[in-house]
Amino acid sequence: MNAKKADKIATGTLYAIAGVIVLILFSLLAFILVRGVPHISWNFLTNRSQTFKTGGGIGPQLFNSFYLLILTMLFSVPISLGAGIYLSEYAKKNWVTDLVRTAIEVLSSLPSIVVGLFGFLIFVIQMGWGFSIISGALALTLFNLPLLTRTVEDSLRAIPATQREAGLALGLSRWETVTKIVVPAALPGILTGVILAAGRVFGEAAALIYTAGQSAPALNFADWNPMHIASPLNPFRPAETLAVHIWKINGEGIMPDAAAVSAGASAVLIITVLLFNLLARYLGRVIYKKSTSA
Amino acid sequence: MVENQVQDSHIIQLDKKEKKLALYTEDIHVYYGQNEAIKGVSLAFEKNKITSLIGPSGCGKSTYLRSLNRMNDEIANTKITGKIFYRDIDINAPEIDVYEMRKNIGMVFQRPNPFSKSIYENIAFPLKRHGLKDKAKLDEIVETSLKQAALWDQVKDDLHKSALALSGGQQQRLCIARAIAMEPDILLLDEPASALDPISTSKVEETLINLKEKYTIIIVTHNMQQAARISDYTAFFYMGNVIEYDQTRKIFTRPKIQQTEDYVSGHFG
Repeated sequence: MNAKKADKIATGTLYAIAGVIVLILFSLLAFILVRGVPHISWNFLTNRSQTFKTGGGIGPQLFNSFYLLILTMLFSVPISLGAGIYLSEYAKKNWVTDLVRTAIEVLSSLPSIVVGLFGFLIFVIQMGWGFSIISGALALTLFNLPLLTRTVEDSLRAIPATQREAGLALGLSRWETVTKIVVPAALPGILTGVILAAGRVFGEAAALIYTAGQSAPALNFADWNPMHIASPLNPFRPAETLAVHIWKINGEGIMPDAAAVSAGASAVLIITVLLFNLLARYLGRVIYKKSTSA
Repeated sequence: MVENQVQDSHIIQLDKKEKKLALYTEDIHVYYGQNEAIKGVSLAFEKNKITSLIGPSGCGKSTYLRSLNRMNDEIANTKITGKIFYRDIDINAPEIDVYEMRKNIGMVFQRPNPFSKSIYENIAFPLKRHGLKDKAKLDEIVETSLKQAALWDQVKDDLHKSALALSGGQQQRLCIARAIAMEPDILLLDEPASALDPISTSKVEETLINLKEKYTIIIVTHNMQQAARISDYTAFFYMGNVIEYDQTRKIFTRPKIQQTEDYVSGHFG
Protein backbone atom coordinates (compact mmCIF):
# COMPACT_ATOMS: atom_id res chain seq x y z
CA MET A 1 0.00 0.00 0.00
CA ASN A 2 1.50 3.31 -0.94
CA ALA A 3 1.58 6.41 1.24
CA LYS A 4 -1.06 8.22 -0.75
CA LYS A 5 -3.55 5.38 -0.42
CA ALA A 6 -2.83 5.00 3.30
CA ASP A 7 -3.38 8.69 3.79
CA LYS A 8 -6.71 8.51 2.01
CA ILE A 9 -7.88 5.59 4.12
CA ALA A 10 -6.78 7.30 7.36
CA THR A 11 -8.51 10.53 6.38
CA GLY A 12 -11.67 8.64 5.44
CA THR A 13 -11.69 6.77 8.75
CA LEU A 14 -11.33 9.98 10.73
CA TYR A 15 -14.13 11.60 8.76
CA ALA A 16 -16.33 8.58 9.41
CA ILE A 17 -15.67 8.64 13.17
CA ALA A 18 -16.36 12.37 13.34
CA GLY A 19 -19.52 11.87 11.27
CA VAL A 20 -20.83 9.12 13.57
CA ILE A 21 -20.27 11.31 16.65
CA VAL A 22 -21.98 14.30 15.09
CA LEU A 23 -24.84 12.08 13.94
CA ILE A 24 -25.38 10.63 17.42
CA LEU A 25 -25.32 14.06 19.06
CA PHE A 26 -27.63 15.59 16.51
CA SER A 27 -30.16 12.77 16.66
CA LEU A 28 -30.17 12.97 20.45
CA LEU A 29 -30.69 16.70 20.33
CA ALA A 30 -33.36 16.39 17.64
CA PHE A 31 -35.14 13.61 19.59
CA ILE A 32 -35.35 15.74 22.74
CA LEU A 33 -36.42 18.86 20.87
CA VAL A 34 -39.00 17.16 18.65
CA ARG A 35 -40.57 15.43 21.63
CA GLY A 36 -40.39 18.39 23.98
CA VAL A 37 -40.84 21.61 22.07
CA PRO A 38 -44.57 21.05 21.29
CA HIS A 39 -45.26 21.02 25.04
CA ILE A 40 -43.55 24.31 25.72
CA SER A 41 -45.97 27.15 26.21
CA TRP A 42 -46.12 30.20 28.42
CA ASN A 43 -48.35 28.31 30.86
CA PHE A 44 -45.96 25.37 30.95
CA LEU A 45 -43.07 27.69 31.76
CA THR A 46 -44.88 29.60 34.49
CA ASN A 47 -47.42 27.26 36.11
CA ARG A 48 -46.55 25.23 39.15
CA SER A 49 -46.21 21.50 38.80
CA GLN A 50 -49.04 19.07 39.51
CA THR A 51 -48.69 15.80 41.33
CA PHE A 52 -51.87 14.02 40.27
CA LYS A 53 -53.48 16.14 37.57
CA THR A 54 -52.51 16.95 34.03
CA GLY A 55 -51.48 20.41 32.94
CA GLY A 56 -48.65 20.92 35.45
CA GLY A 57 -45.91 23.39 34.59
CA ILE A 58 -42.33 23.88 35.61
CA GLY A 59 -42.48 27.48 36.86
CA PRO A 60 -40.98 27.06 40.36
CA GLN A 61 -38.43 24.52 39.10
CA LEU A 62 -37.25 26.89 36.42
CA PHE A 63 -36.97 29.70 38.93
CA ASN A 64 -35.15 27.43 41.39
CA SER A 65 -32.66 26.40 38.74
CA PHE A 66 -31.78 29.99 37.95
CA TYR A 67 -31.70 31.06 41.60
CA LEU A 68 -29.39 28.17 42.49
CA LEU A 69 -27.24 28.93 39.49
CA ILE A 70 -26.84 32.56 40.51
CA LEU A 71 -26.01 31.71 44.11
CA THR A 72 -23.56 29.01 43.02
CA MET A 73 -21.80 31.38 40.66
CA LEU A 74 -21.76 34.08 43.33
CA PHE A 75 -19.87 31.69 45.62
CA SER A 76 -17.65 29.91 43.13
CA VAL A 77 -16.53 32.62 40.70
CA PRO A 78 -14.67 34.82 43.23
CA ILE A 79 -13.06 31.83 44.93
CA SER A 80 -11.94 30.18 41.71
CA LEU A 81 -10.73 33.51 40.37
CA GLY A 82 -8.57 33.92 43.47
CA ALA A 83 -7.35 30.33 43.35
CA GLY A 84 -6.65 30.50 39.62
CA ILE A 85 -4.73 33.76 39.94
CA TYR A 86 -2.72 32.34 42.80
CA LEU A 87 -1.85 29.14 40.96
CA SER A 88 -0.95 30.84 37.73
CA GLU A 89 0.77 34.01 38.96
CA TYR A 90 2.05 33.51 42.48
CA ALA A 91 2.46 29.84 43.36
CA LYS A 92 6.07 28.68 43.47
CA LYS A 93 6.98 25.53 41.63
CA ASN A 94 7.26 23.10 44.52
CA TRP A 95 5.61 20.00 45.90
CA VAL A 96 2.90 21.94 47.75
CA THR A 97 1.70 23.54 44.53
CA ASP A 98 1.85 20.20 42.78
CA LEU A 99 -0.21 18.69 45.58
CA VAL A 100 -2.82 21.44 45.30
CA ARG A 101 -3.01 20.99 41.56
CA THR A 102 -3.36 17.22 41.89
CA ALA A 103 -6.08 17.69 44.51
CA ILE A 104 -7.97 19.99 42.17
CA GLU A 105 -7.72 17.47 39.37
CA VAL A 106 -8.97 14.66 41.58
CA LEU A 107 -11.83 16.83 42.83
CA SER A 108 -12.83 17.73 39.31
CA SER A 109 -13.25 14.07 38.43
CA LEU A 110 -15.31 13.34 41.53
CA PRO A 111 -18.76 11.92 40.58
CA SER A 112 -21.40 14.53 41.31
CA ILE A 113 -23.46 12.11 43.41
CA VAL A 114 -20.49 11.85 45.78
CA VAL A 115 -20.32 15.64 45.97
CA GLY A 116 -24.07 15.57 46.69
CA LEU A 117 -23.73 13.05 49.51
CA PHE A 118 -20.84 15.02 50.98
CA GLY A 119 -23.02 18.13 50.85
CA PHE A 120 -25.83 16.18 52.46
CA LEU A 121 -23.60 15.19 55.40
CA ILE A 122 -22.05 18.62 55.89
CA PHE A 123 -24.67 21.20 54.96
CA VAL A 124 -27.95 19.34 55.41
CA ILE A 125 -27.13 17.31 58.54
CA GLN A 126 -24.10 18.88 60.21
CA MET A 127 -24.96 22.52 59.65
CA GLY A 128 -28.65 21.79 60.09
CA TRP A 129 -29.77 23.68 57.03
CA GLY A 130 -31.93 20.82 55.81
CA PHE A 131 -32.82 20.38 52.17
CA SER A 132 -32.38 23.95 51.10
CA ILE A 133 -31.16 26.23 48.38
CA ILE A 134 -28.14 27.18 50.45
CA SER A 135 -27.12 23.52 50.91
CA GLY A 136 -27.60 22.93 47.19
CA ALA A 137 -25.69 26.04 46.20
CA LEU A 138 -22.75 25.14 48.43
CA ALA A 139 -22.68 21.56 47.13
CA LEU A 140 -22.71 22.89 43.57
CA THR A 141 -19.94 25.30 44.51
CA LEU A 142 -17.80 22.35 45.59
CA PHE A 143 -18.70 20.62 42.34
CA ASN A 144 -17.92 23.70 40.29
CA LEU A 145 -14.76 25.03 41.97
CA PRO A 146 -12.14 22.62 40.61
CA LEU A 147 -13.17 22.96 36.98
CA LEU A 148 -13.60 26.70 37.18
CA THR A 149 -10.26 27.16 38.95
CA ARG A 150 -8.65 25.12 36.23
CA THR A 151 -10.28 27.23 33.52
CA VAL A 152 -9.17 30.48 35.15
CA GLU A 153 -5.63 29.19 35.62
CA ASP A 154 -5.41 27.97 32.02
CA SER A 155 -6.77 31.26 30.64
CA LEU A 156 -4.21 33.24 32.65
CA ARG A 157 -1.37 30.94 31.63
CA ALA A 158 -2.27 31.44 27.99
CA ILE A 159 -1.30 35.11 28.32
CA PRO A 160 2.34 35.36 27.21
CA ALA A 161 4.99 36.10 29.84
CA THR A 162 6.04 39.11 27.76
CA GLN A 163 2.86 40.89 28.89
CA ARG A 164 3.89 40.51 32.52
CA GLU A 165 7.43 41.67 31.71
CA ALA A 166 6.00 44.72 29.96
CA GLY A 167 4.04 45.70 33.04
CA LEU A 168 6.86 45.07 35.49
CA ALA A 169 9.38 46.91 33.33
CA LEU A 170 7.15 49.98 33.52
CA GLY A 171 7.42 49.96 37.28
CA LEU A 172 4.01 48.42 37.92
CA SER A 173 3.81 46.12 40.89
CA ARG A 174 3.08 42.45 40.40
CA TRP A 175 -0.46 42.93 41.73
CA GLU A 176 -1.14 45.80 39.32
CA THR A 177 0.34 43.81 36.47
CA VAL A 178 -1.91 40.85 37.25
CA THR A 179 -5.13 42.76 37.83
CA LYS A 180 -4.78 45.45 35.19
CA ILE A 181 -2.97 43.64 32.40
CA VAL A 182 -3.07 39.86 32.69
CA VAL A 183 -6.63 39.35 33.93
CA PRO A 184 -8.19 41.77 31.40
CA ALA A 185 -6.26 40.07 28.61
CA ALA A 186 -7.49 36.68 29.82
CA LEU A 187 -11.07 37.85 30.26
CA PRO A 188 -12.52 36.30 27.08
CA GLY A 189 -11.24 32.88 28.15
CA ILE A 190 -12.35 33.30 31.76
CA LEU A 191 -15.81 34.46 30.73
CA THR A 192 -16.27 31.57 28.33
CA GLY A 193 -15.24 29.19 31.10
CA VAL A 194 -17.69 30.75 33.56
CA ILE A 195 -20.61 30.52 31.17
CA LEU A 196 -19.84 26.93 30.20
CA ALA A 197 -19.61 26.09 33.91
CA ALA A 198 -22.99 27.76 34.34
CA GLY A 199 -24.43 25.42 31.72
CA ARG A 200 -23.02 22.43 33.59
CA VAL A 201 -24.37 23.64 36.91
CA PHE A 202 -27.76 24.35 35.37
CA GLY A 203 -28.13 20.77 34.17
CA GLU A 204 -26.76 19.13 37.32
CA ALA A 205 -29.12 16.81 39.16
CA ALA A 206 -27.22 14.21 41.16
CA ALA A 207 -25.48 16.70 43.43
CA LEU A 208 -28.80 18.34 44.27
CA ILE A 209 -31.05 15.39 45.02
CA TYR A 210 -29.79 15.15 48.59
CA THR A 211 -28.96 18.80 49.14
CA ALA A 212 -31.53 21.12 47.59
CA GLY A 213 -34.17 18.45 47.88
CA GLN A 214 -36.83 17.06 45.62
CA SER A 215 -39.81 19.14 46.56
CA ALA A 216 -40.94 22.48 45.24
CA PRO A 217 -43.12 24.16 47.84
CA ALA A 218 -45.60 26.75 46.66
CA LEU A 219 -43.90 30.06 46.08
CA ASN A 220 -45.50 33.43 46.47
CA PHE A 221 -43.98 35.50 43.70
CA ALA A 222 -45.34 38.66 45.27
CA ASP A 223 -43.26 38.23 48.40
CA TRP A 224 -39.57 39.02 47.87
CA ASN A 225 -38.53 39.15 51.52
CA PRO A 226 -35.82 36.47 51.78
CA MET A 227 -36.82 35.79 55.39
CA HIS A 228 -40.34 34.61 54.54
CA ILE A 229 -40.82 30.91 54.04
CA ALA A 230 -42.92 31.27 50.88
CA SER A 231 -40.62 33.85 49.36
CA PRO A 232 -38.83 32.70 46.21
CA LEU A 233 -35.64 34.26 47.55
CA ASN A 234 -35.60 32.40 50.86
CA PRO A 235 -32.33 30.44 50.76
CA PHE A 236 -33.44 28.02 53.46
CA ARG A 237 -36.38 26.53 51.61
CA PRO A 238 -36.19 23.26 49.71
CA ALA A 239 -35.93 23.75 46.00
CA GLU A 240 -36.35 21.16 43.31
CA THR A 241 -34.60 22.25 40.15
CA LEU A 242 -35.52 21.49 36.58
CA ALA A 243 -32.96 18.70 36.23
CA VAL A 244 -34.04 17.09 39.51
CA HIS A 245 -37.68 17.42 38.43
CA ILE A 246 -36.98 15.54 35.21
CA TRP A 247 -35.16 12.84 37.13
CA LYS A 248 -38.01 12.53 39.62
CA ILE A 249 -40.99 12.40 37.29
CA ASN A 250 -39.25 9.79 35.21
CA GLY A 251 -38.80 7.66 38.31
CA GLU A 252 -41.93 8.24 40.28
CA GLY A 253 -44.14 10.70 38.41
CA ILE A 254 -47.81 9.76 38.80
CA MET A 255 -49.40 12.60 36.89
CA PRO A 256 -51.11 11.34 33.75
CA ASP A 257 -49.02 13.57 31.48
CA ALA A 258 -45.68 12.72 33.14
CA ALA A 259 -44.04 11.78 29.87
CA ALA A 260 -45.09 15.04 28.25
CA VAL A 261 -43.94 17.15 31.21
CA SER A 262 -40.63 15.34 31.26
CA ALA A 263 -40.15 15.83 27.53
CA GLY A 264 -41.04 19.52 27.75
CA ALA A 265 -38.80 20.10 30.75
CA SER A 266 -35.91 18.32 29.04
CA ALA A 267 -36.33 20.47 25.98
CA VAL A 268 -36.34 23.64 28.12
CA LEU A 269 -33.22 22.46 29.92
CA ILE A 270 -31.32 21.67 26.76
CA ILE A 271 -32.37 24.89 25.05
CA THR A 272 -31.19 26.89 28.05
CA VAL A 273 -27.82 25.15 28.13
CA LEU A 274 -27.53 25.67 24.38
CA LEU A 275 -28.22 29.37 24.88
CA PHE A 276 -25.50 29.51 27.54
CA ASN A 277 -23.06 28.01 25.06
CA LEU A 278 -23.98 30.38 22.29
CA LEU A 279 -23.76 33.30 24.69
CA ALA A 280 -20.32 32.14 25.79
CA ARG A 281 -19.05 32.05 22.22
CA TYR A 282 -20.64 35.35 21.36
CA LEU A 283 -19.32 37.21 24.41
CA GLY A 284 -15.88 35.66 24.06
CA ARG A 285 -15.74 36.84 20.46
CA VAL A 286 -17.03 40.32 21.25
CA ILE A 287 -14.51 40.85 24.03
CA TYR A 288 -11.69 39.47 21.94
CA LYS A 289 -12.60 41.79 19.09
CA LYS A 290 -12.92 44.72 21.41
CA SER A 291 -9.50 44.12 22.89
CA THR A 292 -7.72 43.49 19.59
CA SER A 293 -9.26 45.98 17.18
CA ALA A 294 -11.52 49.01 16.97
CA MET B 1 43.37 36.98 33.32
CA VAL B 2 44.20 39.17 30.39
CA GLU B 3 40.59 39.77 29.45
CA ASN B 4 39.63 41.08 32.82
CA GLN B 5 42.63 43.33 33.01
CA VAL B 6 41.63 45.00 29.82
CA GLN B 7 38.11 45.39 31.01
CA ASP B 8 39.10 46.78 34.42
CA SER B 9 41.63 49.17 33.00
CA HIS B 10 38.95 50.52 30.76
CA ILE B 11 36.58 51.25 33.61
CA ILE B 12 39.29 53.24 35.25
CA GLN B 13 39.94 54.96 31.98
CA LEU B 14 36.30 56.04 31.74
CA ASP B 15 36.36 57.34 35.30
CA LYS B 16 39.60 59.20 34.81
CA LYS B 17 38.29 61.08 31.88
CA GLU B 18 35.61 62.26 34.30
CA LYS B 19 32.87 61.39 31.97
CA LYS B 20 29.44 61.60 33.52
CA LEU B 21 28.30 58.11 34.30
CA ALA B 22 24.65 57.11 34.22
CA LEU B 23 25.19 53.67 35.67
CA TYR B 24 28.04 51.36 36.56
CA THR B 25 28.27 47.83 37.81
CA GLU B 26 30.84 46.15 39.99
CA ASP B 27 31.52 42.44 39.77
CA ILE B 28 28.06 41.28 38.69
CA HIS B 29 27.51 37.54 38.85
CA VAL B 30 24.23 35.97 37.75
CA TYR B 31 23.39 32.38 38.60
CA TYR B 32 20.52 30.41 37.10
CA GLY B 33 20.37 27.59 39.63
CA GLN B 34 23.84 26.03 39.47
CA ASN B 35 24.74 27.66 36.21
CA GLU B 36 26.79 30.83 36.38
CA ALA B 37 25.61 32.91 33.43
CA ILE B 38 27.52 36.10 34.21
CA LYS B 39 30.96 35.76 35.75
CA GLY B 40 31.83 39.06 37.31
CA VAL B 41 31.10 41.93 34.93
CA SER B 42 32.07 45.50 35.75
CA LEU B 43 31.09 48.12 33.23
CA ALA B 44 30.44 51.86 33.34
CA PHE B 45 27.90 53.51 31.08
CA GLU B 46 28.36 57.10 30.05
CA LYS B 47 25.45 59.49 30.17
CA ASN B 48 23.63 60.38 26.93
CA LYS B 49 25.52 57.80 24.94
CA ILE B 50 24.45 54.59 23.30
CA THR B 51 26.33 51.53 24.49
CA SER B 52 26.00 48.26 22.59
CA LEU B 53 26.42 44.86 24.16
CA ILE B 54 27.44 42.35 21.50
CA GLY B 55 28.52 38.73 21.50
CA PRO B 56 27.46 35.29 20.31
CA SER B 57 24.19 33.70 21.46
CA GLY B 58 24.30 32.52 25.04
CA CYS B 59 27.19 34.81 25.97
CA GLY B 60 25.13 36.43 28.72
CA LYS B 61 24.60 39.89 27.25
CA SER B 62 20.80 39.76 27.63
CA THR B 63 21.09 38.29 31.10
CA TYR B 64 23.40 41.12 32.08
CA LEU B 65 21.07 43.73 30.60
CA ARG B 66 18.08 42.25 32.41
CA SER B 67 19.90 42.40 35.73
CA LEU B 68 20.41 46.16 35.34
CA ASN B 69 16.75 46.85 36.18
CA ARG B 70 16.41 43.60 38.12
CA MET B 71 14.07 41.93 35.68
CA ASN B 72 15.95 38.72 36.48
CA ASP B 73 14.38 38.91 39.94
CA GLU B 74 11.17 37.70 38.29
CA ILE B 75 12.76 34.44 37.18
CA ALA B 76 12.71 31.70 39.80
CA ASN B 77 16.03 30.31 41.04
CA THR B 78 18.03 33.29 39.88
CA LYS B 79 20.69 34.85 42.07
CA ILE B 80 22.49 38.07 41.31
CA THR B 81 25.50 39.26 43.29
CA GLY B 82 27.56 42.41 42.88
CA LYS B 83 26.74 46.08 42.86
CA ILE B 84 24.86 48.23 40.39
CA PHE B 85 25.30 51.92 41.04
CA TYR B 86 22.71 54.36 39.85
CA ARG B 87 22.79 57.89 41.26
CA ASP B 88 25.31 56.62 43.82
CA ILE B 89 22.87 54.05 45.16
CA ASP B 90 23.39 50.32 44.85
CA ILE B 91 20.12 49.29 43.22
CA ASN B 92 20.97 45.62 43.54
CA ALA B 93 20.47 45.90 47.31
CA PRO B 94 17.49 43.97 48.67
CA GLU B 95 15.82 46.98 50.29
CA ILE B 96 15.51 48.86 47.00
CA ASP B 97 11.94 49.47 45.78
CA VAL B 98 12.32 47.81 42.40
CA TYR B 99 9.04 49.24 41.10
CA GLU B 100 10.20 52.77 41.80
CA MET B 101 13.63 52.04 40.33
CA ARG B 102 12.14 50.61 37.11
CA LYS B 103 10.38 53.90 36.47
CA ASN B 104 13.86 55.40 36.05
CA ILE B 105 15.42 52.49 34.21
CA GLY B 106 13.02 51.53 31.44
CA MET B 107 13.20 48.50 29.21
CA VAL B 108 12.15 47.49 25.71
CA PHE B 109 12.10 43.81 24.87
CA GLN B 110 13.03 41.66 21.92
CA ARG B 111 9.46 40.96 20.89
CA PRO B 112 7.02 43.84 20.80
CA ASN B 113 4.72 43.38 23.78
CA PRO B 114 2.01 46.04 23.66
CA PHE B 115 -0.88 45.52 26.07
CA SER B 116 -4.17 44.44 24.55
CA LYS B 117 -5.45 47.96 25.05
CA SER B 118 -5.78 50.95 22.76
CA ILE B 119 -2.69 52.75 21.48
CA TYR B 120 -3.51 55.67 23.75
CA GLU B 121 -4.01 53.48 26.82
CA ASN B 122 -0.77 51.61 26.21
CA ILE B 123 1.05 54.82 26.99
CA ALA B 124 -1.39 56.49 29.35
CA PHE B 125 -2.28 53.50 31.50
CA PRO B 126 1.11 53.06 33.25
CA LEU B 127 1.27 56.83 33.83
CA LYS B 128 -2.17 56.74 35.41
CA ARG B 129 -1.09 53.86 37.62
CA HIS B 130 1.78 56.04 38.80
CA GLY B 131 -0.62 58.76 39.79
CA LEU B 132 -0.87 61.11 36.80
CA LYS B 133 -4.54 62.03 36.50
CA ASP B 134 -4.51 65.25 34.46
CA LYS B 135 -6.13 64.44 31.11
CA ALA B 136 -4.50 67.30 29.22
CA LYS B 137 -1.08 66.35 30.54
CA LEU B 138 -1.67 62.70 29.59
CA ASP B 139 -2.69 63.72 26.07
CA GLU B 140 0.45 65.79 25.79
CA ILE B 141 2.76 63.01 26.96
CA VAL B 142 1.11 60.49 24.63
CA GLU B 143 1.67 62.84 21.73
CA THR B 144 5.27 63.79 22.51
CA SER B 145 6.39 60.24 23.25
CA LEU B 146 4.75 58.93 20.06
CA LYS B 147 6.51 61.70 18.16
CA GLN B 148 9.84 60.82 19.75
CA ALA B 149 9.30 57.23 18.71
CA ALA B 150 8.49 58.36 15.14
CA LEU B 151 5.04 56.83 15.28
CA TRP B 152 2.76 59.82 15.78
CA ASP B 153 2.07 60.57 12.12
CA GLN B 154 0.95 57.02 11.46
CA VAL B 155 -1.36 56.60 14.44
CA LYS B 156 -2.60 60.05 15.40
CA ASP B 157 -6.06 59.37 13.94
CA ASP B 158 -6.31 55.89 15.44
CA LEU B 159 -5.24 56.50 19.01
CA HIS B 160 -8.21 54.60 20.37
CA LYS B 161 -7.77 51.56 18.17
CA SER B 162 -6.22 48.44 19.61
CA ALA B 163 -2.44 48.39 19.70
CA LEU B 164 -2.53 44.78 18.57
CA ALA B 165 -3.77 45.91 15.15
CA LEU B 166 -0.44 47.68 14.46
CA SER B 167 2.33 46.09 12.44
CA GLY B 168 5.30 44.53 14.27
CA GLY B 169 7.54 47.54 13.65
CA GLN B 170 4.86 49.96 14.78
CA GLN B 171 4.20 47.87 17.87
CA GLN B 172 7.87 47.99 18.77
CA ARG B 173 7.98 51.76 18.35
CA LEU B 174 4.87 51.96 20.50
CA CYS B 175 6.74 49.97 23.16
CA ILE B 176 9.61 52.44 22.92
CA ALA B 177 7.13 55.32 23.20
CA ARG B 178 5.56 53.64 26.21
CA ALA B 179 8.96 53.28 27.87
CA ILE B 180 10.05 56.88 27.23
CA ALA B 181 6.68 58.27 28.33
CA MET B 182 7.81 57.34 31.84
CA GLU B 183 10.75 59.71 31.32
CA PRO B 184 13.36 57.26 32.50
CA ASP B 185 17.02 58.20 32.80
CA ILE B 186 18.19 55.02 31.22
CA LEU B 187 16.62 52.94 28.49
CA LEU B 188 17.57 49.28 28.22
CA LEU B 189 16.81 47.58 24.91
CA ASP B 190 17.07 43.85 24.42
CA GLU B 191 17.53 43.24 20.69
CA PRO B 192 14.68 45.62 19.91
CA ALA B 193 14.98 45.26 16.15
CA SER B 194 15.60 41.54 15.79
CA ALA B 195 11.99 40.77 14.86
CA LEU B 196 11.64 43.70 12.48
CA ASP B 197 12.09 44.19 8.76
CA PRO B 198 14.91 46.46 7.49
CA ILE B 199 12.70 49.54 7.07
CA SER B 200 11.26 49.29 10.56
CA THR B 201 14.76 48.60 11.87
CA SER B 202 16.18 51.76 10.38
CA LYS B 203 13.28 53.74 11.83
CA VAL B 204 13.92 52.31 15.28
CA GLU B 205 17.62 53.11 14.91
CA GLU B 206 16.85 56.69 13.91
CA THR B 207 14.58 56.94 16.92
CA LEU B 208 17.33 55.73 19.24
CA ILE B 209 19.91 58.17 17.89
CA ASN B 210 17.47 61.02 18.45
CA LEU B 211 16.67 59.78 21.93
CA LYS B 212 20.20 59.82 23.24
CA GLU B 213 20.02 63.58 23.67
CA LYS B 214 17.70 62.91 26.56
CA TYR B 215 18.46 59.37 27.66
CA THR B 216 21.28 56.98 28.26
CA ILE B 217 20.75 53.94 26.09
CA ILE B 218 22.11 50.44 26.56
CA ILE B 219 21.25 48.06 23.76
CA VAL B 220 21.84 44.37 23.22
CA THR B 221 22.16 43.52 19.56
CA HIS B 222 23.08 40.60 17.36
CA ASN B 223 23.51 42.88 14.44
CA MET B 224 27.09 44.06 14.18
CA GLN B 225 26.28 46.76 11.60
CA GLN B 226 23.64 48.06 13.95
CA ALA B 227 26.10 48.33 16.82
CA ALA B 228 28.57 50.09 14.54
CA ARG B 229 25.92 52.45 13.16
CA ILE B 230 24.31 53.68 16.32
CA SER B 231 26.48 53.14 19.37
CA ASP B 232 29.22 55.19 20.97
CA TYR B 233 30.60 52.37 23.08
CA THR B 234 30.59 48.64 22.55
CA ALA B 235 31.16 45.81 25.00
CA PHE B 236 31.99 42.39 23.63
CA PHE B 237 30.63 39.56 25.79
CA TYR B 238 31.79 35.98 25.59
CA MET B 239 30.88 33.09 27.91
CA GLY B 240 29.64 35.35 30.67
CA ASN B 241 32.66 37.67 30.64
CA VAL B 242 33.28 41.00 29.04
CA ILE B 243 36.24 40.45 26.76
CA GLU B 244 36.65 44.01 25.59
CA TYR B 245 34.91 47.30 26.18
CA ASP B 246 35.82 50.45 24.30
CA GLN B 247 34.63 53.12 21.94
CA THR B 248 32.67 51.50 19.16
CA ARG B 249 34.96 52.59 16.37
CA LYS B 250 37.97 51.13 18.20
CA ILE B 251 36.18 47.82 18.77
CA PHE B 252 35.33 47.60 15.10
CA THR B 253 38.59 48.89 13.64
CA ARG B 254 41.41 48.25 16.07
CA PRO B 255 40.29 45.79 18.76
CA LYS B 256 42.96 44.99 21.32
CA ILE B 257 42.02 41.36 21.72
CA GLN B 258 42.11 38.68 19.06
CA GLN B 259 38.76 37.16 20.10
CA THR B 260 37.02 40.48 19.60
CA GLU B 261 38.57 40.88 16.21
CA ASP B 262 37.52 37.36 15.24
CA TYR B 263 33.96 38.05 16.34
CA VAL B 264 33.46 41.46 14.75
CA SER B 265 35.01 40.27 11.52
CA GLY B 266 32.70 37.24 11.47
CA HIS B 267 35.25 34.49 12.06
CA PHE B 268 33.23 32.95 14.86
CA GLY B 269 29.99 33.42 16.68
